[in-house]
Amino acid sequence: MTTLTRRSFGALIGASATTLATPGLLRANSTGRLVIIGGGFGGASAARFARINYPDVDVTLVEPYPTFVTCPYGNLILGGKRTLPQITHSYDGLRARGVNVVQDRAADIDPDARTVALESGASLQYDKLIVSPGIGLRWGAIDGYDQAATEVFPHAWMGGDGSQITNLRAQLEALPEGGVVGLAIPENPFRCPPGPYERISMIAHYLKQTNPTAKILAFDSKEGFSKQGLFEDVWAELYGDMIEWIPANQDGRIVAVDVQNKLFISEFGEEHRVDVGNVIPPQTSAAIVRDTGLANDTGWVPVNSRTFEADAARDIHVIGDATIAGPMPKSGYIANSTSKTAVSAALADLTGGSAPSDPVYFNTCYSHGGEDYGISVVAVFRATDDGFEATPDSGGLSPRGPLSELAENRRLEARYADAWYDSITRDMFS
Amino acid sequence: MSTPRVRLPRSASAGEEIEIRTLIDHPMITGVSSSDSRNMLERFEARLNGDTVFRYDFGNGSAANPTFTFYVRAAAPGDFEFIWTHEDGTEFRADGSVSVS
Repeated sequence: MTTLTRRSFGALIGASATTLATPGLLRANSTGRLVIIGGGFGGASAARFARINYPDVDVTLVEPYPTFVTCPYGNLILGGKRTLPQITHSYDGLRARGVNVVQDRAADIDPDARTVALESGASLQYDKLIVSPGIGLRWGAIDGYDQAATEVFPHAWMGGDGSQITNLRAQLEALPEGGVVGLAIPENPFRCPPGPYERISMIAHYLKQTNPTAKILAFDSKEGFSKQGLFEDVWAELYGDMIEWIPANQDGRIVAVDVQNKLFISEFGEEHRVDVGNVIPPQTSAAIVRDTGLANDTGWVPVNSRTFEADAARDIHVIGDATIAGPMPKSGYIANSTSKTAVSAALADLTGGSAPSDPVYFNTCYSHGGEDYGISVVAVFRATDDGFEATPDSGGLSPRGPLSELAENRRLEARYADAWYDSITRDMFS
Repeated sequence: MSTPRVRLPRSASAGEEIEIRTLIDHPMITGVSSSDSRNMLERFEARLNGDTVFRYDFGNGSAANPTFTFYVRAAAPGDFEFIWTHEDGTEFRADGSVSVS
């Protein structure tokens, strides 16, 4: 094998990019057209995987935003450990691989004509369609919480253009000394089960340094949550009485907000004045899958557990947070892991291969609790005839115990989390 | 501790099913699995104009901070009383009225 010097390696990259700039010529004998809606953890992973493993297939990725802001590691912006550019990713790497990246929004799907109508008026023809559209927020589920209210009480639960998470960060910076930060946390199912609790930890991490008499009131519509014991250890060990978690059975369910007066209003009518409010509203699947009948009356999309083909339509495979895939979590890692099965199953038809018969799905959710403080939950899942199941003893939680005994473990898990982030975003965008 | 909370509509139309939610802060300690001594509510009861419309007898399986959601058909204006009774006989009370048009 020839040793590549930095110089010749650079030249090779340049050459391949030039060639791939004319994908039509390169793939004159295309065996099919794969269209992917959504350029997030599911869609970007699917596009890259398809180009590497099925080079004869035309791949088009439809994504409304010019760059992708990850939800994972967004909480670290609140904690002051990351900046927005560090969690913003370009689609140039996918373009260089020959993915046709179309910056537009999918407006409609016609499963009979096999076309995707775009908001700009254009239309895309597909042989196979992958839809990884993510979540929609249920406006009005919390009385008074509409699009306009997100300026005052940001949700910061969808990456978008990054302005929601930077809005929340700016408000934390401006929090009066000893002020109150309120979070409203939804019932299940919602995107990223441990996310709200990592967020509480990261906000506390920031405030401990800048505003140590501040209070965090976390109002929850549930009575328990992901990695609860581990998070409660974090809060007790690192943040003392700064954090108060109020579950549904202590009137923690927020049913209304008043943005004018900065109030959270509970199920039983208690009014809580907050200086900074983060409302994570109840969720459903993105509009494109609800408007086209792919979602059922739960608001989420039922899929085949081995192929991710939607129950409601042939040749349309739906992945990611929009799907009904419990006990698998609505996580970026599951979207990434399942995207490969969905692509393989979809393209087996076109390329004469066979679909994976016994697919395995992986998930790790890391969370940061503080400085050098990582915790995780890991599981492996398999498809069954009517859904998914966690493989017994396949994963587990970080160990619990006093920080004095586990400091090195926590430090390492924080580094593993950083490595996971770098690795999965490379698997999406490089 | 033991603050009862109740949510019910102020008004309803005749014959409408109204939703009533109740919540009481209470640890509901059975004494079975810990060294803490037993501290349990025995009963929850909702009365409309003096008549019992809903009753629940708690057992060892009841969770802390018990909450109920139930529905009552509003036939006429009514005064509700909500009573939680501790095993030691102590009562915790809340009330509310619904006007019916």
